[in-house]
Amino acid sequence: MTRIGRRFDDLRKAGRAGFVAYIAAGDPDLNTTYQMVLELDRRGVDVLELGVPFSDPLADGPVIQEASQRALAAGATLEGVLSMVADVRTETEIPIVLFTYYNPIHRYGVDCFVKRAADVGVDGVLMLDLPPEEGGDYIAQMNEHGLDTIFLVTPTTRDDRMKLIASHTRGFVYYVSRTGVTGERDSLADEIQSKVSAICQYTDMPIAVGFGISTPEHVSEIARYADAVVVGSAIVRRIGEFQCDADLVAKVGAFVGSLIGPLREGV
Amino acid sequence: MAMNAIDLPDARGHFGPYGGQYVPETLMALLEDLEAAYGKAKCDPEFWAELDRYLRDYVGRPTPLYFAERLTEELGGPKIYLKREDLAHTGAHKINHAMGQILLANRMGKTRIIAETGAGQHGVATATVAAMFGLKCEIYMGVEDMERQALNVFRMRLLGAKVTGVHSGSKTLKDAINEAIRDWVTNVEDTFYIFGSVLGPHPYPMIVRDFQRVIGVEARAQILEREGRLPDVLVACVGGGSNSIGLFHAFLDDADVQMIGVEAGGHGIASGEHAARFNGGDLGVLHGARIYVLQNDDGQIALTHSVSAGLDYSGVGPEHCYLRDMARTAYTYATDEEALSAFELLSHTEGIIPALESSHAIAHVCKLAPEMSRDQIVVVNLSGRGDKDVQQAARFIEGVR
Ligand SMILES: Cc1ncc(COP(=O)(O)O)c(C=O)c1O
Repeated sequence: MTRIGRRFDDLRKAGRAGFVAYIAAGDPDLNTTYQMVLELDRRGVDVLELGVPFSDPLADGPVIQEASQRALAAGATLEGVLSMVADVRTETEIPIVLFTYYNPIHRYGVDCFVKRAADVGVDGVLMLDLPPEEGGDYIAQMNEHGLDTIFLVTPTTRDDRMKLIASHTRGFVYYVSRTGVTGERDSLADEIQSKVSAICQYTDMPIAVGFGISTPEHVSEIARYADAVVVGSAIVRRIGEFQCDADLVAKVGAFVGSLIGPLREGV
Repeated sequence: MAMNAIDLPDARGHFGPYGGQYVPETLMALLEDLEAAYGKAKCDPEFWAELDRYLRDYVGRPTPLYFAERLTEELGGPKIYLKREDLAHTGAHKINHAMGQILLANRMGKTRIIAETGAGQHGVATATVAAMFGLKCEIYMGVEDMERQALNVFRMRLLGAKVTGVHSGSKTLKDAINEAIRDWVTNVEDTFYIFGSVLGPHPYPMIVRDFQRVIGVEARAQILEREGRLPDVLVACVGGGSNSIGLFHAFLDDADVQMIGVEAGGHGIASGEHAARFNGGDLGVLHGARIYVLQNDDGQIALTHSVSAGLDYSGVGPEHCYLRDMARTAYTYATDEEALSAFELLSHTEGIIPALESSHAIAHVCKLAPEMSRDQIVVVNLSGRGDKDVQQAARFIEGVR
């Protein structure tokens, strides 16, 4: 079992929902990301998703697109992100998921990537544009190295695919709560709860819900029926805004703390 | 070998190791629906009869196969025939697949059409068929392309389409596709994405090819009627690969017919500023398919350059990758300068102003001709007309001189 599985076991025992934070690795630079990982760990983030920057992030809205551009402009690469994880792993046991498009991995070589990810202390990978149908080799390698393959379920996913996805998912199932790209929204999508119960029919894995979740109120609402809540753009936007601020890390930490608050008060 | 090639892709959209469906989960159900709808349409004679009717009465098919006598004289080599896709309604071959796809959209009950465009020809074709069927239409276009193809932006707006400029990345075709896909994952219920080339996730490369196949089917019959034999060489420019696969496909079983695709050499391969995926690219995954891609060592998609917006793209369709591996087709490139010379040459010798895209194919014929004999035959796909490029060409030609 990876750190992800152990963390969800702990959460289950504690009877509370987990908090998953997404940040774009290398934005504004990898050194800041390193400090941010430690800060988010201190703030009580349960699982950290590190976005690997990509030139053509077609599932992302403007906030994460821009973060990705900043990271690339600052010289972030897949290898750079993996090395940063290796460094930070000496200081924290926070579960780490790499959130990535397939081409950088394809280029690196799936074999080499999985081996290296396992070596540096990555726990799971979420490959945005690699459905299980195309990912046979990747899934096999990940299983062999004991890493979690996290797949997405979306509002358009029908029952037969839900079953397929559930059968290949390790760590947790990520339910994308709305159609569309990543980005903050004023309100939550409809039917999240019913979709989450539908997924439960096919798997015992924990279910995390993300996409569009932006406020402490959203977090409390989702935590009522999901095992974990994922927040991305709302955090990434602040990293963009506080870019030139000497207190960038602390300020983002404080914001994340405010999102986690409702989960700690017991739900 | 050629027989196999004709049966591709396989059930999951693979041409050998190429193609497939590398998309976010939200799109998987939409692709499945599209595949099912096309599967039904494909077996329905009514569908093809309707498409044929529109191609004849509205698009103006069949397009002529024209013997370019003065160009042939000028080059002193083989007989050169031009397949006149520039004479199709809206001035390029793009209308063939736009018409096919909108009929499919109608069958699926979709009410909103989106598309990406590079040169603007696919956008114009899409806006045209959307106007004809009274459907809402939004076209995504990189702002750099909007500038160099301003005439087509005006045409799309005149046709009632909303043209949305894309400011991200290289601000060209690749970024327009990203944005169109983002729209599609958002508006999953009512929207049909009319893809502009043999690119993207399965089933698009297959659907677009099937609708472009008419070019080669016509050309084959026309040359047989005219010359009593098949051509020796087919030449077409390759952006994503739709006009070239359209010309090539009906000839795949004709083992003696050689097929050459011409990519954009830009400022030359050594400069790094080009769009010749088969001369500097390698295997990657872009916009839903495993294909040849120009990319850096870190797997970031490279920026491309071509004087022609329609060829200025980092990837090339999966079927071309496969046919090249099988050595059934071959690929070369023409530089900006060579294409501009060909642009002038065809205008002077034949009174035909070609699109800058198509000028790349003509440019290669200029290189090929001296090595061929007078009794040989070359068919070139004149994929579009050059009205849209006149301003851009004037700027370059005056700049060079
Ligand atoms: C006239 C013309 N020819 C060729 C192309 C290149 O596309 P493809 O390779 O799909 O034919 C375009 C694209 O915009 C075009 O407008």
